[in-house]
Amino acid sequence: MLKKSLFRKPKNELEYQGEGKRQYPSVPDDMYISCPECKQTLLKAEVEENFFVCPKCKYHFKLQARRRIQLLVDADSFEELDAELQPHNLLEFPGYDEKLAAAQQKSGESEGVICGVADINGCRIALFVMDPAFIVGSMGTVMGEKITRLFEFATAHALPVIGYTVSGGARMQEGIFSLMQMAKTSGAVKQHSDAGLLYITVLTDPTTGGVTASFAMEGDIILAEPKALVAFAGPRVIEQTIRQKLPAGFQRAEFLLEKGFVDAIVERTEQKQYLTMILKLHQGGICRG
Amino acid sequence: MGEAVVTSTEPYDHVLEARRKGRPTSQQFIANLTEDFLEFHGDRRFGDDNAIIAGIARIHDLPVTVIGIEKGNGLQDSIKRNFGAVHPEGYRKALRLMKQAEKFHRPVLCIVDTSGAYCGLGAEERGQGQAIAENLMEMMTLKTPIISLLIGEGGSGGALALAVADQVWMMENAIYSVISPEGCASILWKDSKKMKEAARHLKLTALDLLGMGVIEQVIPEDDPQDFTEVYQQVQTMLYDQFQCSLQKPIEELLQQRYQRFRMIGIQ
Ligand SMILES: [Zn+2]
Repeated sequence: MLKKSLFRKPKNELEYQGEGKRQYPSVPDDMYISCPECKQTLLKAEVEENFFVCPKCKYHFKLQARRRIQLLVDADSFEELDAELQPHNLLEFPGYDEKLAAAQQKSGESEGVICGVADINGCRIALFVMDPAFIVGSMGTVMGEKITRLFEFATAHALPVIGYTVSGGARMQEGIFSLMQMAKTSGAVKQHSDAGLLYITVLTDPTTGGVTASFAMEGDIILAEPKALVAFAGPRVIEQTIRQKLPAGFQRAEFLLEKGFVDAIVERTEQKQYLTMILKLHQGGICRG
Repeated sequence: MGEAVVTSTEPYDHVLEARRKGRPTSQQFIANLTEDFLEFHGDRRFGDDNAIIAGIARIHDLPVTVIGIEKGNGLQDSIKRNFGAVHPEGYRKALRLMKQAEKFHRPVLCIVDTSGAYCGLGAEERGQGQAIAENLMEMMTLKTPIISLLIGEGGSGGALALAVADQVWMMENAIYSVISPEGCASILWKDSKKMKEAARHLKLTALDLLGMGVIEQVIPEDDPQDFTEVYQQVQTMLYDQFQCSLQKPIEELLQQRYQRFRMIGIQ
């Protein structure tokens, strides 16, 4: 007897956006906040001081890109690149203009990634950080263009690249142009790699879909934040395809570590130091620190 | 066997034709476009994925490597092929044979027909995302000509993983999209029945994609039930294009391949 599920067509992997839409509690403007993991009431200032990580259970709060850059790089060292690039409704897709306006309003950013150069403990790097507040870091044409330009810049200036990823999947309102960003960015990563330069990715919760199937998984060194969901097809799509519940911890960073797909899990509070050590082991003379 | 759709201006009709049971799959294309095809198996790491048929063959006097996503002909074969939903092993087998093609200076023909890479436990556990990502990177600098021919469904990253090429061609009724029209409609409008509307907006037909600079050729299908003449025409086109690409210095070919993707969507 064949199981009925055999006859079900697999769902297209990038359809999945469910996990990305899950509301992660970000830190509100009150004095106290509640940790969604351990339910403890925490002093907001204490959480902030701890890199937005719960001091009790190490839950990693969702972090907007600009905040993350602030926490990561040396003070006043960040110089943004291509900030002026604006997304367009290339296919004149209904409702997309409104969606973009809402995302820009919510995130305060023009696109879902911030790119630039900065110093980390005196080491010069090219940096991209994706923003969970901008349509959950969905892959749009301008996002792909900014990341591609960053890699081209880094190749031209012999800089290592550090990339923080977060993505709910494709920007379907940009149709095939969204898909083509996977190839375009991968080409730029390859040229950077062939020039003998270092690329480190840090996978944050959630990194899924086309971003996972391109530049997120192309790092020489792949790090992840604890418990980050990292998947090609997200849990809901898989459950629909195979019609079973997934085992606990499936597709979390710890699972990927066990299966051999990430190099190390690094807590947010340790990341700057960890990245510095990697950079210093790779750079003859570029680190001043 | 469903009824074939003749040239239609309704994009969703192309979707239906691209998925039609009985439409020729990679097996027919390989049999008709090449001679002396020898199928090779396995990724040398985990197993052999029957959703991809790959090996070496010749087109006239030109040895080529052929890699096709296979949906299967008939129920038993389709089950064996997992309905063309590829696992990481399939993409790794494809890459292994592309590297072999590079070594022996053989051009690569990829034939694409999938609703998407497989979404399952094993596929995730064994790095579906990583496997696709690696193909995208490696194909961009593979030192031999690559042509990808989309014959039916070109479903998202699972299709792109075999479509980083010097030229991408599509059958007239093939589709290529970041998401299925049903999935798009269900996510955006919570109504998968609006798939016709989604299909129109996604611009997923061969003619639309040609106009947007995403592909180089549309192969006309005068009669989707009979590709006899189409095969001959495509065979000639492939032979000529491969010969032309082989004349170019490899650095020039790779630079053009990079620029091809670099410029898509730039206005
Ligand atoms: Zn906690």
